[in-house]
Amino acid sequence: MADKTTLQYTAEHEWVLVDGDTATVGITAYAADKLGDVVFVDLPAVGTEVEGGVVVGEIESTKSVGELFAPIDGTVAEINDAVVDTPELVNSDPFGDGWLIKVTFTELPALLSYDEYSAIVGE
Amino acid sequence: MSDRLSPMHDLHVTAGAGFTDFGGWQMPVRYSSDLAEHHAVRTTAGIFDISHMAEILVEGTDAAAYLDYALAGKLSVIALGQAKYSLLLAESGGIIDDLVVYRLGEEKFLVVANAGNRAAAVAALTERAADFDVRVEDQSDDIALIAVQGPNARAILEATTAITELGTPLSDLKYYWSSDGYFEGVPLFVGRTGYTGEDGFELYIKSDAAARLWVALTQAGADHGLVPAGLASRDTLRLEAGMPLYGHELGLDTFPVQAGLGRVVALSKDGDFVGRAAIEAGPDADARVLVGLVAEGRRAGRADYEVYASTESDAAPVGVITSGALSPTLGHPIAMAYVDAAVSEVGSAVFIDVRGTRIPASVVALPFYKRQK
Repeated sequence: MADKTTLQYTAEHEWVLVDGDTATVGITAYAADKLGDVVFVDLPAVGTEVEGGVVVGEIESTKSVGELFAPIDGTVAEINDAVVDTPELVNSDPFGDGWLIKVTFTELPALLSYDEYSAIVGE
Repeated sequence: MSDRLSPMHDLHVTAGAGFTDFGGWQMPVRYSSDLAEHHAVRTTAGIFDISHMAEILVEGTDAAAYLDYALAGKLSVIALGQAKYSLLLAESGGIIDDLVVYRLGEEKFLVVANAGNRAAAVAALTERAADFDVRVEDQSDDIALIAVQGPNARAILEATTAITELGTPLSDLKYYWSSDGYFEGVPLFVGRTGYTGEDGFELYIKSDAAARLWVALTQAGADHGLVPAGLASRDTLRLEAGMPLYGHELGLDTFPVQAGLGRVVALSKDGDFVGRAAIEAGPDADARVLVGLVAEGRRAGRADYEVYASTESDAAPVGVITSGALSPTLGHPIAMAYVDAAVSEVGSAVFIDVRGTRIPASVVALPFYKRQK
């Protein structure tokens, strides 16, 4: 599980872990908790060109549907097949095994710090 | 208006519940996992705080005749201790609320209404009482309601030693019957009723004793797999059981017969009742009817998603979903939907538009899930 304080965040309740030119993306524990038990995850195909702020996937719980936004412009380099098979990983380990996609990028936009995101969700 | 809090609110906070607004109340939506809570009710037991429900006392020499006029069913025939599901109809034949009515005495009934319809139900019931010797009293603020549901529910109540002096032993209490009793000396009213499709009980008690009852039930249930359960699991449980939810399957523009509730309207009873003329005239010939839909895979159709007869994109929809989810018990998507008569037969093939993708689905008989007795 990643150190939450060193991750970057979006206002759409996603976290981003940057390693070189690759960003690993997941949804925050706050978002997972609001959704409830996740039962279906729909992720983009590897190789898909994505645009920051555009919906690229869906995260469904028993009660509702959450959208996965690409946080940055880039190309989907890898998707987490484990969450497709075992969607509850999003609830049990949102910052770790519940990651969703990895995106290669050339330019990183301004994202939120842990403190800034915490202020948004009031925690 | 700020949301109302249940008299058990602090217990839910301590238990780690998340909350949702429901009918003007802040009620537990889940404690940890709505799926685990759902499965617990199907296999062991769950305890729900449903204190948001409205309790309306009807008392007086004309109480039975009054209810036969005010409601769709024939309540005058139910026995002391018996309960009956009924409908509060508008003159138009539409549904103001769906209710459970318990007979507490020869001239005394308890009407349990939905939280979101409390004001409308109290207003209609009060207005309809004008020509009867009857008193209609909204007691919702003074009464809390706890449901214990699941195959172990009876064992849990029997293990709750502070529940005493039940007029009818639980072993003799049949489905949709009720009994008086006491909890720590406080009057208690227990109905063998529920909204989950499982065996279970609903316990009515004065608000200031509710938290103690919750704790006692929870302690007694510890050896019986009892878990606190929130409204998220209550919704998937009732959906699997094919039970309608007001605002989804029922509304002012819905005739009972469209919702499969024609049997709830006692057209054979003597005398007039509110809505009779409209019900006898019936809905429009092309009115949609409520059906069950099942699909494969894991993508569920949800409320307001449209139903089509084909994958052709320019065709008009033939229906709309009112409730839907991936069924936790069955493992595939289920939904209730109002559809045109042409596709309402069991076995009809339709398509659910799931956010732009047409998912094949079949019309099935309700309920989706029926417990083994």
